[in-house]
Amino acid sequence: MGFLTPNIIETAVNNGLIYGCVALSLFISFTILNICDLSTDGCYILGAAVGVSVTIAGHPILAIFAGMAAGVCSGFVTAFLQTRLRVPDILAGIVVNTGLYTINLMVMGLRTNLNIVGTDTVFSMFESLNDSAFWQGWSDTILLLMIVAALCLFIYWFLTTRLGLSIRATGDSAPMVRASSINPAFTITVGLCLSNSFTGLAGCLIGQYTKTAEINQGTGMVTIALASLIIGQMIFGRGPMMVRIIGTVVGSVLYRFIIAIALRLNVPTQAFRLVSAVIVAIAIAAPAIRDFVRFSIRKRSVMRAHRAERKGGETHA
Amino acid sequence: MLEITDISKTFNPGTINEKQALRDVSLTLQDGDFATIVGSNGAGKSTLFNAIAGSFIVDEGAIILDGKDITFEKEHRRAVYIGRLFQDPLMGTAPHMTIEENLSVAYLRASQHKAMFSRITKKEKELFREQLSLLHMGLEDRMTQPVGLLSGGQRQALTLLMATVVTPKLLLLDEHTAALDPATADKVLTLTRDIVSERRITCLMVTHNMNQALEMGNRTLMMDSGRIVLDVSGKEREKMTVEDLLMAFAKNAGSSLDNDRILLSTKKDREA
Repeated sequence: MGFLTPNIIETAVNNGLIYGCVALSLFISFTILNICDLSTDGCYILGAAVGVSVTIAGHPILAIFAGMAAGVCSGFVTAFLQTRLRVPDILAGIVVNTGLYTINLMVMGLRTNLNIVGTDTVFSMFESLNDSAFWQGWSDTILLLMIVAALCLFIYWFLTTRLGLSIRATGDSAPMVRASSINPAFTITVGLCLSNSFTGLAGCLIGQYTKTAEINQGTGMVTIALASLIIGQMIFGRGPMMVRIIGTVVGSVLYRFIIAIALRLNVPTQAFRLVSAVIVAIAIAAPAIRDFVRFSIRKRSVMRAHRAERKGGETHA
Repeated sequence: MLEITDISKTFNPGTINEKQALRDVSLTLQDGDFATIVGSNGAGKSTLFNAIAGSFIVDEGAIILDGKDITFEKEHRRAVYIGRLFQDPLMGTAPHMTIEENLSVAYLRASQHKAMFSRITKKEKELFREQLSLLHMGLEDRMTQPVGLLSGGQRQALTLLMATVVTPKLLLLDEHTAALDPATADKVLTLTRDIVSERRITCLMVTHNMNQALEMGNRTLMMDSGRIVLDVSGKEREKMTVEDLLMAFAKNAGSSLDNDRILLSTKKDREA
């Protein structure tokens, strides 16, 4: 335990759970709907900005729903651009992301950061429920576990409803969806609103957890979430739906552990972004690297066998 | 049942790629009519289907289905009463979803999209199982397997089931057996014939097989350069041979046959 102190573990798990919500958001948009939604960065700060503002006003629980509602609005705009105005999915995300920068500044009263001072957060409220030392240490983790578990169950339930099935079909086979009298514009809109509400939730949670919202804190969020998603997929594969959903969250927590270990190995904080990018690249490239290694090994052994055969033949003759 | 009056469609108008795909096409199908359509590549067969199904809105003319004007109706709205199969067996189904899930998405037509938050019921599963067993492909015991594991023929049979799980007013079959091996194609064709005749579904079928064009259904249409150039049914059609059809083709189109696939398929059938 010397290498990873309980404190480091707790931080990694907590961050992993919060960013797991963003990974779940990408699970819906990227994996299920097959849409590259790049508005994630801005939407995440939108959730933080709205969440922190409402928390400062004294309503930490309402802040959670406000953050999610803000995410829904952002997702709706992205979906509207894509489905009604025929903007390609990547561009729609970038456009919304750029616009959100200003919106986020406006939400924070044209300041670049907001701090929660003196008012309760959902975490401090939950912590004050019990006085025991264990509770004081782990209440944040327990609360986050409950929220993320509820989210996972909701996603699982939702994807088995008729609407959820239609959304899955939209990402899997668009002609089949149209032939089944489902409007893809509708299912994409619902899917993106839902996925962005999770991003907004993550922003709101991180805002209350760190007691601050900062205009640049979301930069690179989409890459990190993508890495988490892919780590989860690598480990759990294309198993049953529930396994894939939980795998996404586990991937996010694992990513935080990788970062924690990197920090522990005294990688300087300036190099942090590069470390993240390298981890993402390796995680995404893993299947290609694995295939290449397998191919090389097989090729070498087969070629060696062939050579041996030829040599054997020559000595016989 | 289906009334098409003078529909036209030009793609890329005003450019060098301008193509008049449909020229004043009119067609009336009676209730329970099953018409086959032949014609060379680019004759406008698939374009006609796209126009009826609503993949695009026609430039001119009107499309009326069962007394309702659907000329400007959106594609997914028409899909409530128009079933459709494509040549590519991969198009009609979602590969990563199970057979059961695919069928239940197709079955949304029955509920008219009410109860979006309900799940597949036991009763529906029984209905799907019953319908799948009619295919005689053993799919009723594989309902929780992803469709991607099925063969092309099985997927096309499943698509046929999905298109007809709620009886459509009109069924559009766009060379739906062309990508299958001969034995499987026969099986899917037999299924098509059974389902269509049993439920008296009005049906249009594109085919490149001249025998099929005369054997299936009760009416044969021929298209060329965006027009319907031949329309035979009843006694006249009964007497018609494959050679007659080819002759008619050459005469009506005013050009020699340039379609190897038609000649090949015809030759094969005659040898068979």
